[in-house]
Formats: sequence, C-alpha cells, structure tokens
Amino acid sequence: MKFSESWLRSFVDPVCSGHEFSHLLTMAGLEVEEEETVAPAFDKVVVGQVLTVARHPDADRLNVCEVDVGSGEALRIVCGAPNAAPGIKVPCALPGAELPGGFRIKIARVRGVESSGMLCSAKELGLAEDAAGLLLLTGDAPVGEDIRRYLDLDDRLLTLKLTPNRADCLSLEGVAREVSALTGATARFTSVEPVAVTIATQRAVVLDAPDACPRYCGRVIAGVDARAVTPAWMRRRLERSGVRPISALVDITNYVMLEVGQPLHAFDNTRLTGAIHVRMARPAEKILLLNEQTLELHTDVLLIADEQGPLAMGGIMGGEDSGITLATTEVFLEAAFFSPPAIAGRARRYGFVSDAAHRFERGVDFAGTQRALERATRLVLDVCGGRAGPLSEALASLPERRPVRLRPARVAKVLGLSFTSERIGELFARLDFPYSRDGDDFIVTPPSYRFDIAIEEDLIEEIARLHGYENIPSPAPCGQLSMLPQTEQVRPLARVRQMLADCGYQEVVNFAFVEEGWEADFAANEHLIRLANPIASQLSVMRSSLIGGLVANLTSNLKRRQSRVRLFETGRCFFRDRQGGPVAGFRQPWKLSTLAYGTALPEQWGCAARNVDFFDVKADLELLLAPLAASFAKAVHPALHPGRSARVSVAGKVIGFVGELHPRWQQKYELPLAPVLCEVDLDAVTMARLPQYADVSRQPLVIRDLAVVVDHALEVKQLIDGLTGNRPAIVRDIHLFDVYAGRGVDAGKKSLAFRIVMQDTQKTLLEAEVDAAMQQLVAYLQEAFAAQLRV
Amino acid sequence: MHNIDQIVQAATAAFAATADPDALEQIKAGYLGKSGQIPGLLKGLAKLPPDERKLLGAAINRAKDAIAAALNARREAIQLLALEGRLAEEALDVTLPGRGQSRGGLHPVTRTLERIEALFRSIGFAVADGPEIESDFQNFTALNTPADHPARSMHDTFYLQDEAGGVAEGVLLRTHTSPIQVRYMQAHVARHAGLATMPEIRVIAPGRVYRVDSDATHSPMFHQVEGLWIGENVSFADLKGVISDFLRRFFENEDLQVRFRPSFFPFTEPSAEIDMAFMSGALKGRWLEIAGCGMVHPNVLRHVNIDPEKYLGFAFGMGPDRLTMLRYGVNDLRLFFDGDLRFLRQFV
Repeated sequence: MKFSESWLRSFVDPVCSGHEFSHLLTMAGLEVEEEETVAPAFDKVVVGQVLTVARHPDADRLNVCEVDVGSGEALRIVCGAPNAAPGIKVPCALPGAELPGGFRIKIARVRGVESSGMLCSAKELGLAEDAAGLLLLTGDAPVGEDIRRYLDLDDRLLTLKLTPNRADCLSLEGVAREVSALTGATARFTSVEPVAVTIATQRAVVLDAPDACPRYCGRVIAGVDARAVTPAWMRRRLERSGVRPISALVDITNYVMLEVGQPLHAFDNTRLTGAIHVRMARPAEKILLLNEQTLELHTDVLLIADEQGPLAMGGIMGGEDSGITLATTEVFLEAAFFSPPAIAGRARRYGFVSDAAHRFERGVDFAGTQRALERATRLVLDVCGGRAGPLSEALASLPERRPVRLRPARVAKVLGLSFTSERIGELFARLDFPYSRDGDDFIVTPPSYRFDIAIEEDLIEEIARLHGYENIPSPAPCGQLSMLPQTEQVRPLARVRQMLADCGYQEVVNFAFVEEGWEADFAANEHLIRLANPIASQLSVMRSSLIGGLVANLTSNLKRRQSRVRLFETGRCFFRDRQGGPVAGFRQPWKLSTLAYGTALPEQWGCAARNVDFFDVKADLELLLAPLAASFAKAVHPALHPGRSARVSVAGKVIGFVGELHPRWQQKYELPLAPVLCEVDLDAVTMARLPQYADVSRQPLVIRDLAVVVDHALEVKQLIDGLTGNRPAIVRDIHLFDVYAGRGVDAGKKSLAFRIVMQDTQKTLLEAEVDAAMQQLVAYLQEAFAAQLRV
Repeated sequence: MHNIDQIVQAATAAFAATADPDALEQIKAGYLGKSGQIPGLLKGLAKLPPDERKLLGAAINRAKDAIAAALNARREAIQLLALEGRLAEEALDVTLPGRGQSRGGLHPVTRTLERIEALFRSIGFAVADGPEIESDFQNFTALNTPADHPARSMHDTFYLQDEAGGVAEGVLLRTHTSPIQVRYMQAHVARHAGLATMPEIRVIAPGRVYRVDSDATHSPMFHQVEGLWIGENVSFADLKGVISDFLRRFFENEDLQVRFRPSFFPFTEPSAEIDMAFMSGALKGRWLEIAGCGMVHPNVLRHVNIDPEKYLGFAFGMGPDRLTMLRYGVNDLRLFFDGDLRFLRQFV
C-alpha cells in the first residue's frame, strides 16, 4: 500500500513528522517498508510564464525568452528547449537557485546574451528520469509561486507492508483511522451526500449466490464524457500511490478505492443486456478478462453476468467485452460486498493478482458500499458530467459481527502485564470499538471494517498494540526446572560432525533439489520425486543421495584450483515409499556422505605424497563407527567402481556404502582423479554403546607372529572371521599386520602376516600351551584355506 | 714423599690429557692397575721399618684415593662431553611444520545452530526434528491457515509431482519449521495423557525449509529454528524476555537493542516481528528483522487437544542464516550453499 503523506494528512494531521511518523506506523504493525521524497532538494524555483521568445542572435538552437516570475520585472533567460513558446507556464529557477546535484544558477552570459535564470524540465528538477523539453504547467498555475508548494513537492511517499489481517488499512481513510487511534488526533473523512437522481434508468440486480455476494449496489450514469480530463490533483494522488492514470472513469474508480477501500467497477451500460446476475460460474464457462487473458472457470468462481453471459469475475477483474472505453457514454457503476471465502485464492489460482481481489479476499467494509458508490458518482458527475439514475441495491444477509468477551485477568495472563479497566476502556474508545460491560468483562462488537477480531486474543493484541509492544516488560522467565533426558545410547550429531571435521572433512550444505541426471548417475533412482514448480531445471528433483551435491562441490572447487578436497554433508534424502511416514508415501531418512579427493595427507615434508584410496576412507568410517564394528562386503553400486566398492553393515544391517567413483562418472564429470565416496544412514553413526566393565587379566601376554600364503583372490575377512571363530580360548586378539605379493611369493598367491596375542586369565602360559594354540590356528588355516605356512 | 705427590700430579695430568674413555682406563691401569705405580709402591713398603712403613703407607693410600677421585671426575666429564655431543647431533629444526592430517571444519550455519541449541538447552529447551516433505495439513491447516487463506500467499510454496506427472495432492516442501510444533505437541500430549497437569513443553526445532524465491537475499532452501514454550503461565512478556536474552547471549553483546512490533501470523495471536540493532560497528543503529513470533493461537492448541484456557505459551521462528551473516559479517546468503572451500575454511 503506497500513498502520499500529504493525502493522508488531509484526513488526519498528527503533530509528529517525518521518521517519527513512520516509526509510529511501524510500531503499530503497519510496517513502513519504504519512504521516499517526491522531489530531491532544490530551492528558488517558481512558476514562470514565458512572455516572448526570440531567436538568439549568435546561436541557432538557443532562444532568448522574457519570463514573468511575478516579481514585477520580467527576466531575460536564454533557453535551448524545443518547446519554449510564448504564453506557456514552466518552472523557472531564479538566480541563486540550487538545483538537484548542487547545480547553482547564476546570472551569466550565454554566447554574449545575459541570462538571469533557467527554465526547467522535469529531469532538471529530479522529477523524472528524462524529459523532452520544459515541464509544462497548467494555465491556472499562479505565476511567482514556489514550485515546491505549487506541485506539493515536499510531500513524502510511504509504502506500507501490510499483513493480511489489516485489510482495513488498504485505504487512506483506513490508515487515517488507525493514525487517529494511535495518536488521538481527530480524523476527518470526506462527507458524502447522495447525489441528485435526475434520470429514471435503472438496471435490476439479482443475487443468485447470496452467500458469496450478500450486497450489490449499482447505478446507471448517462451522458458521461469518457474523454474528460482527470483533474490534476487526482492524477497526482494516483501517481503518488503508484497507480497510472488511464482515463477519467477508470481513474475515479481507482481513486475511490484508494480513498475509502471499496473496489468499484464501471461497465459500459450499453453493452449489458437485462438484469445483472451475481452467480457462480457454470462448468467450463469462459471469460475474456480486461488483461486479455481468457479463462475457463471453475464452478467456485463468482461471476457478474447479464442475460447473455459472464461480464466480470466478481470482485476480481472485469471482462473485456463489457468494459468502458473512451467512447462510452453510459456507465453502470458497481460497488459490492463479496465475501472473503468466495474470492480467496481464486486470482492466485489463475496466476494473476488484482487490487480488487487483494482487498475482497481480506475483507472490505460491508457497511460502506453505498457511501463509496455515492462518492464515485459525485466524482463522475463532477469530472465527466452526466445524469445519475437511482441507486439499486440487492441485499442478503451480511456478515455478523459477534460480540467478543474480554476478561481483564486474561489480558494480564497472556501479556504478562495488568491493565486497569479504565485503561482498557480508553484503548477501545480510541479504536472506536463499541463495548458494554458485564461485571469486570468487556463485551466488544467489532466494527464492520475489521475482519480480524473474532476471539479474545484478537482484542488482547489490539490492547497490546495500542499500549505499545515496547511498553510490555521483558523479564527473565520462570519455568519448571525438570531436566531433559540425556541418553548415552545416541551420540549427538554435533559430535559426529566434529569427528569428521577432525578427520579433515569440511562440512557443506547443498540444496535438497538436484539435477535429474545426478539421481540417475549416482543412485539409479527410477522413482523420482519431481517438484511441480522448480525454480530451475537443474533444481527439479528431490535427492535420494547426497553424493551428487558433493561431486558438484568437488568440480567447482577444482575449478577454483583447490587440489585436495575433503567434504561431508548431513541431510535428509527423499524416497517414494508406500510404507513411508510420517508423511504418507515418502521416506525421508537422514544420511551422512563424505567425499575425499587428492592426496591422503596434505602435501608435506617427510611423507611421500599418495592419493587417498578406499582404505583411507574405510578407516575414517571405522573410526566414526567405533566402538561398533562395521563389516564390509564387496558390492556393486551405480555410483562406484565395481571392484572398489563395499556395502557397509553394522550388526547385520546394511547402513550404506563406501568406494571409488565409477570411472565412467569420473570421465563424464571431468575429474582428473577418482574421489572416494561414502554414504551411510546417519542414525547408524549416531548409535553408541553403553560401556560394560569386564575383569582385567593380570597374567602376562604372549605375542607370536604367523605368516601364511593363500590364494590372491581370497578375501581376508573370511580368513579372519574363520580364525576368530576357531581360535583356542587363550587367543585374545588376531591382528593382520602385513599383506604382501610379489618376489618370493608365487604368482596368484599372497602372503598374510598376523600377530596373535595370547593370555590366560588365571595363570602364566606355558611354552607348550602357546605352541599348541599356534599349531591349532595353522592347522585350521591349512585345512580351511589351503594356506601354506611361510617361514 | 715428594715422589708420591709427583705421581698424583702426573696421573691427574694424564687423565686430563685424554677425552677417550678407553685411553682413560689404560692410563688408570698405569697407576692403579696390578702392575701400576701405586701397587708397586705398596709392594716396596714391606722392606721398610714399621714406623716408616706406617707413615709412608698412609701417604700412599691418600695418593691412591686422590688418583681414584681424579679418575672418577674425569670419567664423568668425558661422559658429559659425549652426551653433549650426542644432543648436538640429534638436534631438530623445530621450526619445520608438523606432520599429519589437516583439520576440516563445520559449516558456519552449523556453528550457529549449535550455539542456538546450546543456549536454549541451558534453559531447558529440548531439540526436535521433523520431515521436510510435509503434508499441506501440518504445514498450513493445522497452523490455522486453511486453503485459500491470504497468508498462504506470504509463502511461495514448492509442490511435488505425483508419479503420473500431475501435482501431488496434499504434500509440499515445508515452508517453515512450524509444523514440527504441531507434531511435537501431539506427541507430548499423547505421552502425558492421563496426567492432571501436563508438563511444560519447551522445544526448539532447527531445520531446512523451502520457498520459491531466489536472489541475493533469498535462497530457495534456507534454515529456520522454531521455538515453542507452552505451560500454565507463559506470557508475551516471557517471550520478550527469552528472545532478548537469547540475542544478547548469541551475539555476546549486552548493548544489543531488541524491539517487538505487531505483525500477523495465522498461528499466533498476538503476533510480533522481532528486530534488533547493534549499538556499534558497521550496522550500528539499523533495525534488522530477525524473527517472527507470538502467543500460540488457541485454534492451534485446540487442534492438538491442549485446552487453551488452561495452557498458553509462545512460538517463534527465526532465521539462523541471517544470524550467521550478522555474527560473522557474511554479506551474501548464497555463499552458504555454494560449497566454496575458500569461504568455508574461514570457519574452521
């Protein structure tokens, strides 16, 4: 809602000014989003009348003008404007004037002719971006008057960011009423008397949908001049409200809407047939709107129709075929009350907005319909001439304003501040809310222009607002001091993130909607969740994996010459799942993904540079999961190298995968090296185990090494699991410490070296017991894996 | 006698002349060894008369002790010398860089969220989470915003396609974290059903939210933190107290100004917008919008079977992205979602 402060002050004129006034509105909930001045600072510019224009003796393009500036003596001014002509009235900067940008006007010689001032264009006064010539003023402009006063250039423009509940402030009178309540200054509205009815022409109105439109007023005005010129004051107010003047009739309907808040519509009466019907659209009914859009309407859209068909979308937008033109001589002027639920959301559904719909869906004063129509009629008669017919009104049941009870004790409870009955009564009086008393309670009847007062809390807000939110205390609160549960079985996410950071990974946050291609490449997802209204095609599909985002981060960081990249993200992933919940049809688990690229360690002295590989990332993951033991099994994953990827399980449950990016994607995404990726369910990583004490043995440890040669293809895990399952009781730990293939080991074989830790809980082990245990392990390996003992 | 003193002096001088431990032991043998000078003198004593023998014997023993003492002193000196040599040899250039893995870091918004959680935990707020694909009902209707409510146009909502390519009915990407309020209250009420008085609800819910909006100050995905406190005696004044306290603690700035001004949200009444202003620095005196808040609307409470006559309280929703920008002086929201290591590493 944009308007000029001087227009507002014609209704209510409190003593506060400038920013103070804006602050007042903002702190009352009418946020002033923007304040502008109409014109930049300048001075000593007056209305001047050009008396004579003569060609400059020494310059083809310049004229020498004699200008009356009301000082008794005409000024001689050299002027280059093409539209300089005798008789015109224009702004004239006097010697000593300072124009926008600090430009000073002095008496100067221009090509030998003395010039005592400057005739100004709108651009030179900072009123427009550019201008073709001098700013022409109307013939009635008083010569010599300060142009700032004449054009009201000290006016300010305020733009309010109104919340949807304050439809009552979508008009100058509404804002004025609010300012009056806030400051106590009296508001004076335009007095509106019914116009004299001079013709009998009338058009019948039938309310076929009385719930959606319980009040419809209309009147015919005949003999109007649609080409009449809109008065300058009205144009100025419209322009300063951000409304482009179009033609007198349109301008008047807009002006009245801005002034009193009632949207109006003007039909060309000669294009209407029979009675006006206010009805719901019929199935598949079509209308061509003023904005040249043709819509096929749903049956919950309200129509203004005549006997031939739709004329307008009621309360939203007029139709092209019934609208006024410059040739119109007879108008049918409409002012109606459309019920908010009948209008709400309809325009938005068809992809447009209109000032009328914006107001009606929020609520228009249903007691002001006739007054608005009379006000508009008066202006039409004054500006366009014509004769008014009688006002016809169709009326059904208007919204009820149910009294709302306010208990002062409840006010204190909700706000944390007590108010006396006197104070509450005073605030309601300022708001002009009629009330009666029932014991301590106030029984308040909300006015017809307020659609946001239905319950006690709404009244409490009004009290708080008028009293000032700033004047409510802000104490340290008191609450129940019960402790929050603190489970040790779950590790806080913050701890997990910190561990990853400590392992060299940098956290990123990527969008949850991704390129469709990523879902195919990195997740082979065939059940995409597409956005119905994405902001861009590369942000159109909900991710089922965080990998795509990390690979994209890698690419962009490589372009920024970062050669070593380690990233992680935690976030929700999205899957279609009929069994999913809590939102039916979807599963939305949290995942953790990591990406490691480049050298395993930052390049440094004393360490040979080596690129990160599967086992580095596996170790990071194991560290993260510890003390829970993960198991890794070779597996195929669409994102990963089939020979260098593993499925990760904890306690028999698959939690994710780890592996090198598939060479195909490495090539497609133009990566010099293959990153190692890992993605696991976040709840697996935040799982923790409650420690459980076991006796510590005091007996000495015995350590022996064991090296065997086995088939190269044999997975070490099988061997370790087998050994662990078949170990003698005294064997505490079996630990792989070396893997070797090459010289000294037959082709197709590999050598594995284990460290075996033995200990008895009760006594020192004898040499013979140790030897027997080692033999048992060797025998098992020979039998189960055809292992050869390496010596 | 004179001869004995000379032997001691000669031994001491010989010891001092060598720095080699083996040579020292050999020199020692020349004086104290079996065929050394001191045993030789002692053998000669037998031929002397008892008086002289006693006198000379004592002198020889003193000389022997003196030589042994000189020897030990020299041994220690040589050891010390050797140690010093070894230490000098082993010395490192301690200014060389340390070796090992580098440290990563947390996302700046994560830092903020962790601080917010810590501050609210310190006054007994739990932390909750909720789905990001949300039902239209929980996102709007349960929050007193039925279909076609004008407030819905304040949210530019992302909708999903169904499997046939049409617009999926009843689901959307949550436009705010407020639906977690509803889910949390429902669970709380169910957990404490049967109690005469329900324990207080104090919870915050951080998360990612989505709106169809993208420019320098708007991102289609951003973060929000929802807060909720419901009890028998929780007022608007308490709301002001909690938020003012939070902002001063978060920014570690006692001079911070906080103001509440009337606003509108369908799920709170009275409602307020919260602005803050620094009293110094680049943004001095400018009011910055930080959060929306208000007293939970009775309809929202009724919807989750909480009696609004008995219980009341407040809710707020704030933007941790904006708090992060203000806290660390970041000037472009888009940097948070760009994954640029040069930016992110500044927050290690």
